[in-house]
Amino acid sequence: MKKFFLFSIGQKYLMGVTGLGLAFFVLAHMLGNLLIFAGDKAYNLYMHQMVNMKASVIVQTGLLTAFLLHIILALILGVKNYFSRSEKYARQASGWKATAWYQKTLIAQGAVILVFVILHLITFKFGAHYEVVYEGKTVRNLFQLVIEVFQKPVMVIWYLIALLILFVHLFHGLSSSFQSLGLSHPRFDSWIKKLSLGYAVFVTVGYISLPIYVFFFV
Amino acid sequence: MVLKLKIWRQEQGQKDGRFESYVLEELSSDMSFLEMLDQLNENLVKKKKVPVAFDHDCREGICGSCSLVINGNPHGPHTGSAVCQLHLRSFKDREEVWVEPFRAKAFPVIQDLIVDRSSLDRIIQSGGYISVNTGSAPEAHSIPVEKGKAEEAFSNAACIGCGACVAVCKNASASLFVSAKLSHLNLLPQGQAEKKSRALRMVGQMEKEGFGACTNTGACSRACPKEISLRSIARMNREYLKAYLSSD
Ligand code: HEM
Ligand code: FES
Repeated sequence: MKKFFLFSIGQKYLMGVTGLGLAFFVLAHMLGNLLIFAGDKAYNLYMHQMVNMKASVIVQTGLLTAFLLHIILALILGVKNYFSRSEKYARQASGWKATAWYQKTLIAQGAVILVFVILHLITFKFGAHYEVVYEGKTVRNLFQLVIEVFQKPVMVIWYLIALLILFVHLFHGLSSSFQSLGLSHPRFDSWIKKLSLGYAVFVTVGYISLPIYVFFFV
Repeated sequence: MVLKLKIWRQEQGQKDGRFESYVLEELSSDMSFLEMLDQLNENLVKKKKVPVAFDHDCREGICGSCSLVINGNPHGPHTGSAVCQLHLRSFKDREEVWVEPFRAKAFPVIQDLIVDRSSLDRIIQSGGYISVNTGSAPEAHSIPVEKGKAEEAFSNAACIGCGACVAVCKNASASLFVSAKLSHLNLLPQGQAEKKSRALRMVGQMEKEGFGACTNTGACSRACPKEISLRSIARMNREYLKAYLSSD
């Protein structure tokens, strides 16, 4: 019985686990980014610490693995799901029996997020390399880069669009992960739904605050 | 009242079909939807035309034979009921009504609105049973069942196996059906002996039949005439993992 991950339930377990891992990164990354409000020194020193910590390679490898697995499994399941209905319906279910638009478009949302992450890495991680010296220590001036990037209206708008798409993805994704992992109980189900919504709102508002703050107030 | 029907017609043995339009007049709003189809068929037979084939048996929501998708909704617009329990008063006069079969790769169309749901039967054959010696029925009270478990098993046992969950699911997944059948037996003391092999076999068979995966949209539960909970699917996932980890 070496078939666990060949079955869709096994694949959904993996999607759930990688999804939760990515959701944790997205939260941590957002909280770190909020340091922008604490000024350039706090932001730059924190980012410096993150990139140069010992576990950095492990974290980055884990992140990349989770991201790739999540995408590959989504494609495998997506193809299977597409072909499980050969003839399409002439009319779509409506009202209570309908499937929400944000649940029908998960793959498309994922594609936008993938493009976003690639462009995001090009803009920031592999973007202009400014330096700044604090008490004799030279670190990368990412603060300046963030300010520069979000001075451009196109970037602000693109980030708003991408983050709203990330919002719906996270909102469905978090509660769905719990369900795929078999975590459901009459006592906790409504809390899982609330947690997912709360998490998605918190993360999205947190991220959006950066471009908005930089564009209008810096 | 008058209804303008668009009905899927597909001849036996044919790969494809088409929608045919029929207008029915002088209908009573107290008629059931299936009685309306009976009347249509009488008209067709009188005109020496082939009547519309559709599945039905009990006509009271317990057998799970009826399987129509009406204006995109399996079992029609209402929740918690099968299409045999639908009446024409739920439609507007002169409304256009689209009637399609349940659509899924695992449910090939036999004729018109009748689909072959034996894929669900094969899942039951793979593990949806308990093995007991035949003989006179044992005294019911000799096996104590915890109240909560009895209730939960009972609400899963309510599944009539109609396949509306598959029909409504954007992935044509049978997760709700399989999880209801699995929950029903795995929750009860009588189901314990075959608990693990049941989870492995039923999930394995579901996979083989070509149903899609679960995206946790919940449309299945909302379309289910017996309103079976999504919680059953979480239980199936759990039971499958447990059985997998402890199997040799
Ligand atoms: C306003 C929103 C955001 C800002 C200002 C921001 C800023 C940054 C910066 C400055 C870096 C470079 C860190 C470094 O290499 O030293 C970075 C890296 C990264 N960001 Fe963002 N970020 C935002 C939103 C997001 C979102 C929504 C995601 C994911 C969906 C994301 C995913 C990543 C990833 C994967 C990295 C690379 C991490 C690593 O190399 O370990 N970011 N971000
Ligand atoms: S005909 Fe039996 S459930 Fe509808």
